[in-house]
Amino acid sequence: MNPAFQALVVIIIGVGGCVGYFYLSNLFLDKVLFPAKGAMAGRNINRANAIRPWLFLFPALALLTLYLAYPVFATLWLSFTGRDGAFVGLENYTRMIAEPKFAESLTNNMLWLIVVPAASTAFGLLAAQLTDRISWGNLAKSLIFMPMAISFVGASVIFKLIYDVRDVSVAQIGLLNALWLQFEGGIGSFLLLRLLPGLFVASLLAAFAYAGWLVLRPLLQGRAEPLTLRAGRVIGAAVAAFLVYEMALWLLGVVTNDLPYGQPQTWLQKPYWNSFFLMAVLIWIQTGFAMVILSAALRGVPEDTIEAAIIDGANPFQIFFKIKVPQIMGTIVVVWTTITITVLKVFDIVLAMTNGQWETQVLANYMYDKMFRALDWGMGSAAAMTIMALVTPILVWNVWNARKEMR
Amino acid sequence: MDNIAGKKPALLWAVHLSVVLLVFLWVVPTFGLLVSSFRTGDQISSSGWWRSVQTQESQLPAIRIRGEAVERDGSFVIAGDLFENTGAEISRWGINSRDTEAFAAGETADLGDGQSLTVQADGFFELTSETSLEGARLPRVFVTASTPPDFTLQNYNNVLFSPLAGQSIGQAFLNTLTVAIPATIIPILVAAFAAYALAWMDFPGRALLVAFVVGLLVVPLQLALIPLLQFHNWIGIGKGYLGIWLAHTGFGLPLAVYLLRNYMVGLPRDIIESAKVDGASDFEIFVRIILPLSFPALASFAIFQFLWTWNDLLVALVFLGTGNDQQVLTGNLVNLMGSRGGDWEILATAAFISIAVPLIVFFAMQKYLVRGLLAGSVK
Repeated sequence: MNPAFQALVVIIIGVGGCVGYFYLSNLFLDKVLFPAKGAMAGRNINRANAIRPWLFLFPALALLTLYLAYPVFATLWLSFTGRDGAFVGLENYTRMIAEPKFAESLTNNMLWLIVVPAASTAFGLLAAQLTDRISWGNLAKSLIFMPMAISFVGASVIFKLIYDVRDVSVAQIGLLNALWLQFEGGIGSFLLLRLLPGLFVASLLAAFAYAGWLVLRPLLQGRAEPLTLRAGRVIGAAVAAFLVYEMALWLLGVVTNDLPYGQPQTWLQKPYWNSFFLMAVLIWIQTGFAMVILSAALRGVPEDTIEAAIIDGANPFQIFFKIKVPQIMGTIVVVWTTITITVLKVFDIVLAMTNGQWETQVLANYMYDKMFRALDWGMGSAAAMTIMALVTPILVWNVWNARKEMR
Repeated sequence: MDNIAGKKPALLWAVHLSVVLLVFLWVVPTFGLLVSSFRTGDQISSSGWWRSVQTQESQLPAIRIRGEAVERDGSFVIAGDLFENTGAEISRWGINSRDTEAFAAGETADLGDGQSLTVQADGFFELTSETSLEGARLPRVFVTASTPPDFTLQNYNNVLFSPLAGQSIGQAFLNTLTVAIPATIIPILVAAFAAYALAWMDFPGRALLVAFVVGLLVVPLQLALIPLLQFHNWIGIGKGYLGIWLAHTGFGLPLAVYLLRNYMVGLPRDIIESAKVDGASDFEIFVRIILPLSFPALASFAIFQFLWTWNDLLVALVFLGTGNDQQVLTGNLVNLMGSRGGDWEILATAAFISIAVPLIVFFAMQKYLVRGLLAGSVK
């Protein structure tokens, strides 16, 4: 049967089946099982109403349980079994941890987790704030939002053209290399490649240091706080310290590195930096998402708070950072976590652009490698469980919030 | 307030400039691909797409002389045009790959063996020989020419209608459509009923179920691949469309139920209660009142699910198989990147075909997409 025809049949059967199921099961409940007439009419109506929600819920619950909830446990079990299906305990995990590619994936994933949500949210916030103030803002928004519709693979092709490299003797067709070859080491190169990035990295360093200090300060003052919060503060400060260290290294690099002027660069084959070129693709896609949501949140900021700030003599930057941003913090967190989840699942970009070569491997692609190329289901499942473990805090937090909302 | 909130003219000017810069940065990558898909392979590899509207001076690939010889004044002559109406203008040319700029336009080159060749600036050539050219190997010409901007639809024609190494993009396009449409429609119905029950029906355990759905929202679908493949093999559907439709339905449901429930909770209670008083059953209320009122939410989820199923790679790779006739557009594109990584005219065109449909859906239905995003995230 032709697949297109099959699709049509499935649409008809699926839609008709759904409607038929809901209609007939309701009919059966009302007319046959508990008819609303006769001696027990009242009791029957009550019984029918107690069952009806489950009729409505049944298909969705069955699919959810079978396609998402059950696999979590099945994968957990698979991660404890060997190739022959026998229980092997933690062997898959120990073998996985011993692999250098796994450590590389984990490190890269951490980098992705820090850089992509932060950059997307920051760009999104910037775009939201700027486009809200101008007449053609909606057009600008729609153009920045557009990459949302493009598949990760399509975006990878788009950026591969940008990162393309040709021999130095012929014209470059990759935009990045063409720009790179414009620099020759003169004053312009100093300004754009050393001073500007240097200032940027230095300000990032200062921001991280300040944030770390803010997180740690209550602990140093010996404020009485729950133990979990204290642990959170220590972890936060550790992350900040790591970032400060990293930024210091970058700053040193920006100032002292010899830049290979006039040489076309193979961007995707430079270890460490190539991960950032891959991240750019995801940032490009996710910024629109962040912008749309943050722009709605910014519009929801009560005007009287802003007016009050203006009357008190606040400048635009103070209004933005001290009035608006704190009030939309909740939305920023939501955007951040949503992008974090996307980052953890990112697979297509790495597969299409480098396939994990040149030290760009990430967990999702590592897992795909193990499961479907090496056909080592145990280790693949162990990798999948690692992703699950990284998602779990967000899962718990989401459920917690939803429960709060329900009450 | 507008005239005081930091809206000094100078600052507004800076805002405009920054937005222009941002939009430029965000549009240029896609635009580059679009332009490239309308250029020939030679053009793409000889100059960057941003120079495609300029007249290019570049060295063209070698052209072998072709044509019928005619006898004229005792010698044999082949005359013709090196180009087919491209409007290129030759500046230098050569007959030897080591010296490709030996002659200026209009000069005559002696090829030895009594042959000589003249090439004019407009590409017109004349090859003269004292002996018959029958069966002789005709010379190649290397030209440096400036070509005016030229765009072609040939790439689209090639990619869509002539299979490349057994991989037809037309077939992949149909496959993607076959995957995406049922996988978009079916979850909507299933989710709408469940969302109604979660929003408007009272039963024990409702809060728990909502929490369950919210929890499943973030479960990575990577975990589901192997168990579901085993399950599909066990019930006998194996790899194929039925499996991928079911998988996409399952993976799309948490978002669908969550979005629709959030929307339905906000519908006015009066309407539903007065319908109940008038004797409408839950089923009737759902079909006659809730479904029509929820149209914006249904539309926004439909767009999400369509974009997601159309753009998906992983689920298609795992549940549909990797054979040439089972490929979806994304899978096809990944294969092309591997096998034809340097042929940008093919890659760019194939990529653009694959992103055209989502882009059209996106621009046509953006309003609903934004509304759906906001319903899902800002509560």
